[in-house]
Amino acid sequence: MTTNTLRSDRPIRVLLAKLGLDAHTIGVTVIAKALRDAGMEVIYSGLKQTPQMVVATAIQEDVDVIGISSLSAAHMNHLPRVVELLREEGVDDKLILAGGVIPQEDGERLKAQGVAEVFTMGTETSAIAAYIESWWASR
Amino acid sequence: MGEPLKFEASASPARDSLAGRVLAGHVPSAARVIRRLEDCDEEGREALAALYPKSGRAQIVGITGPPGAGKSTLVDQLIRTFRARDKTVAVLAIDPTSPFSGGAILGDRVRMQSHSVDKGVFIRSMATRGALGGLARAADDAAVVLDAMGFDLILVETVGVGQDELDIVKLAHTTLVVCLPGTGDAVQAIKAGIMEAADLFVLNKADLPGADQAEAHLITMLQLEMGESTRERRVLRTVAEKGEGVAELCDAVSDHDRDLRDSGEFEIRSAARSRHALFARLRDLAIERALAHIETSSELQATVEAVVRREQDPYRAAAALWASLRAAEEGVT
Repeated sequence: MTTNTLRSDRPIRVLLAKLGLDAHTIGVTVIAKALRDAGMEVIYSGLKQTPQMVVATAIQEDVDVIGISSLSAAHMNHLPRVVELLREEGVDDKLILAGGVIPQEDGERLKAQGVAEVFTMGTETSAIAAYIESWWASR
Repeated sequence: MGEPLKFEASASPARDSLAGRVLAGHVPSAARVIRRLEDCDEEGREALAALYPKSGRAQIVGITGPPGAGKSTLVDQLIRTFRARDKTVAVLAIDPTSPFSGGAILGDRVRMQSHSVDKGVFIRSMATRGALGGLARAADDAAVVLDAMGFDLILVETVGVGQDELDIVKLAHTTLVVCLPGTGDAVQAIKAGIMEAADLFVLNKADLPGADQAEAHLITMLQLEMGESTRERRVLRTVAEKGEGVAELCDAVSDHDRDLRDSGEFEIRSAARSRHALFARLRDLAIERALAHIETSSELQATVEAVVRREQDPYRAAAALWASLRAAEEGVT
């Protein structure tokens, strides 16, 4: 009883959030649409999020992926805090991605701290969707 | 008629099971159960079996109305006021799934994020995933989980509905219809069925021009309806952005709950919901089963082609496929 139309859809759930006082929304909107068009459910939680809000939201929404957009250099403080809070809550099964204006050396440090990948300005949205899909397939 | 089915009352779930952790108030487990139910996964159904007997206490409040009426902002305000009154609040915020990609953008909680770290609040965005009645396919299941977990109120925000998406009425004990002035005929967008369905009308953005006229119009429509009904239904004015009228709205929601429980109507509505859920699952099973059979038979393609060529009409064709399914099942048993 597994072949039917009702069970076939199990979309990947993605939280897109903006941390800190950064008010740039165009990038995150474009990514949200691209991921939706790739068949994912995208939860957008808006601006001025704290790490605590991001973690509580990710848990309540049971997302698979947390995408943090940063265009204001807040990433070095806030992103590692998100990773840390998730660990404190005992949540270790989520893919954490960062995107935006992130200098290469910051990116390396973030990756060392538990961020899986950093997408800088100019990344094709299809590359982000493809990255998520391949992670999903390899779990 | 065969023997009636017998059910054993389920024992309390083990503390370390998914359902047991939900009952102990563990938020990640509740979120995971809802996800498994959305995904039609057996693990979710197993948990639901253990949670269902513990549910049935919460007041389920539906918030529906056309897009742009201010439903999410109103929900944010309802959360704030009910929390100030020491009620715990769960929210199911529903947005449509794209029929083209199967994906969705769920943005309702943007307006509710100030409550995200409040332990007395649980907010879950849900995509419709093909359901057409303004709710998510697993909205009823999610409400069972949060009810069993002990939330006092479950607020269910529907997709922005037109005139025909009224499944919320079957799920909620109390249905709020949110409308706004200045959209021509305020009632136009909500006329079919919803006049009967609503328990409370909320005229939001009541500081906009045309509010008095819209309210008068709503009241007239209600009075016309009331000819045949003894139910009292109220119109409340709010300006959700500023929190105006929200305390009165919360009073009205709580009054409605008390009236339902005092009059026995709460049980009647809950029973109707249970029956509806059962028949919905039965329909799913019948369709799953039929498709599983038919997809593997060569008959389907031939029948589709016959219908396409207009040699057979859809009713007779479906009846023939159904008969063949029944015959196949009897052959098996």
